[in-house]
Amino acid sequence: MLTAMLAIGILAALFGLLLGYAAIRFKVEGDPIVDQIDALLPQTQCGQCGFAGCRPYARAIAAGEADINQCPPGGETTIHALADLLGLDPKPLDAERGEHAEKTVAVIDEQVCIGCTLCIQACPVDAILGAAKQMHTVIESECTGCELCIAPCPVDCISMVPVKKDIRDWKWPYPQSAQRPVAASGE
Amino acid sequence: MMPPDDNAPAMTMLPDKPLRFPGGLQLASNKAQSLGGPIRSARLPRRLYVPLSQHIGEPAEATVKIGDRVLKGQQIARSLSYISAPVHAPTSGIVSDIGKYPVPHPSGLSAECLVIDCDGEDRAVDSGLKMRAALDADPAEIRQKVRDAGIVGLGGAGFPTSVKLNPGPGHQVELLIINAAECEPYISCDEALMCDRPQDVIDGIRIMQHALGARQALIGIEDNMPRAIECLTTALRNAQDTALRVVPVPTLYPAGGEKQLIYALTGREVPSQGLPIDIGMVCHNVGTAAAVARALIHGEPLISRVVTVTGAGIAQPGNLEVRIGTPIADIVEQCGGYTADVARLLMGGPMMGIALHTDQLPVIKTTNCILAASRDETPDPRPALPCIRCGKCADVCPASLLPQQLYWYARARDFDKVQDYNLFDCIECGCCAHVCPSHIPLVQYYRFAKTEIWDLERERQKSDLARQRHEFRIERLEREKRELEARRAHARKTPDQAGAGDADAKKAEIAAALQRVKARKAQQERESGTGESLGAEQQRPLTEREPRRATQQDDEA
Repeated sequence: MLTAMLAIGILAALFGLLLGYAAIRFKVEGDPIVDQIDALLPQTQCGQCGFAGCRPYARAIAAGEADINQCPPGGETTIHALADLLGLDPKPLDAERGEHAEKTVAVIDEQVCIGCTLCIQACPVDAILGAAKQMHTVIESECTGCELCIAPCPVDCISMVPVKKDIRDWKWPYPQSAQRPVAASGE
Repeated sequence: MMPPDDNAPAMTMLPDKPLRFPGGLQLASNKAQSLGGPIRSARLPRRLYVPLSQHIGEPAEATVKIGDRVLKGQQIARSLSYISAPVHAPTSGIVSDIGKYPVPHPSGLSAECLVIDCDGEDRAVDSGLKMRAALDADPAEIRQKVRDAGIVGLGGAGFPTSVKLNPGPGHQVELLIINAAECEPYISCDEALMCDRPQDVIDGIRIMQHALGARQALIGIEDNMPRAIECLTTALRNAQDTALRVVPVPTLYPAGGEKQLIYALTGREVPSQGLPIDIGMVCHNVGTAAAVARALIHGEPLISRVVTVTGAGIAQPGNLEVRIGTPIADIVEQCGGYTADVARLLMGGPMMGIALHTDQLPVIKTTNCILAASRDETPDPRPALPCIRCGKCADVCPASLLPQQLYWYARARDFDKVQDYNLFDCIECGCCAHVCPSHIPLVQYYRFAKTEIWDLERERQKSDLARQRHEFRIERLEREKRELEARRAHARKTPDQAGAGDADAKKAEIAAALQRVKARKAQQERESGTGESLGAEQQRPLTEREPRRATQQDDEA
């Protein structure tokens, strides 16, 4: 009887120590699910989801505080990817947040720009180049099309233009055939 | 990697007789129409449209300005990255424009082109490409010359040849395979080249073989080209070459696919999504070999190529040596123009070619064939019916893929699944679509899926960049905030000594300033004493008058 209790007690202590050690040794830094969600978001940092950027939205999804259909720039693709990752059912984009539109980039009308730097402060990815009382310009390859620079501009010199279609990133269209696409295509 | 001395057994491993790769189709060759005579030189057009991107990789950058006079063979655009190729002026003339012009591409979009108004004199510049003894030269020097000559794979893909002549560290090339199979119907430019200029072909292969350090080279050629085989073997016999052999392979589409040809010749398979170099082989097109010889022996950069102009829509089909940038309409005209049957214009063959919407497009380095087909030759696609799972597509697939599954997932836009079925091993040969009894445009689905996947990959890279920049910005803003805090804290901590001293100094300064002001005022008063300031005797009655006035005012009140 005593031997049995002793044996169980020692085993319990041993496993306890092992678990305690493992908890310290294999501690996971950060929340991996947030990283995974963040990796699927388009990183426009536009805030249309109601959060201050993609990572805060990812954190909110992970915490169950936000739905997966609040990202208009990501659109259907992102919703499907998030649904796959989290094991949820895909749902249509929340219309209140906006519509999934063609990709655009900001362009500054350099004749009108007064060099106030307000747009530079608003840009989440530092894609606007300029200094006080100097003309500003958008680095097109870095612009995410988030439109956050439009509102602060006092002279309305920023406009959004569709991304130029280049021959190098042209895509073959979905084949036009007499058949309708299958239901799973999500159309 | 295998040490070089292991080459001998590898060579004995070659099969006695070419093998038959899986799948494939027997197609009517339709090459005789364009092989009626020798290669003709096409007329110089009035104007050339030379695209800056005629190859895989980064577009070249123009090195000439509008209005510049250029000479034949002069470099007019340089390559800025490793996987790129320079462009040369095909003839002498004046650069009249640099801008977007339509180019032969499935999108029908325009791309950056240099427009040269030809002066008709065709004056050449010394390209400096000629090597006295290319076969004794350092491989690195040969690669540089090939690169400077702007040579790209002429079989159709347009991959820069100098890159493929560099096996890279740790790779030993056992075998150089020259792709002369030219399996696609109608196209005969390589056959014409081998018949008319076998010496260029052989010289080019020898230079490539030397550059790669390959002990053996095989020319894989379809057995339905007896004349070309004859011409090459004659040229070889003259040179008594044993390290270079011509190997006829059975005529079967697509024997000219790189992996299919390697299998047919050696019995070895290139790994999925791998390159021939992974199994110690390199494959080059026969036209590319001839271009290397033209550049290194005759000093001509890649400014022209042999183009087959054929199809029932052409009055006099044939093979023409065409300057790069020549409008297609121009060479069609030199082949007697269109016949009444013409229904469709293609660049390339009927299986893999791309449809062109206009003939106002330039010939580029990868244009092997202009096919003006009649309605009988390329029937209109019939409406697609549901897949009946007959499995014919899988039987003919030369890459041993499962076309049905690929179709299914591509159609459902399931891009992960479609890659699990090795979509990227598909060579888009079109065999599956050709045999499909339901007329499903299978290759279009695969092309759609491939470009979508590439696009997703680009998007992912772009969003990764945006994330990085956003995180850096947040970090920067926080750092700036911290620095500001630190400065403020520093300012609060040190006012006692420095601040007190400052205050004293300031007070003293203010006092001194006040003193100065007072002194100046006093000075002024003294100076103007005779004027506004009154003397003591004048002041007295005034001071006496003041109380009097005050009492008077009180009385009145």
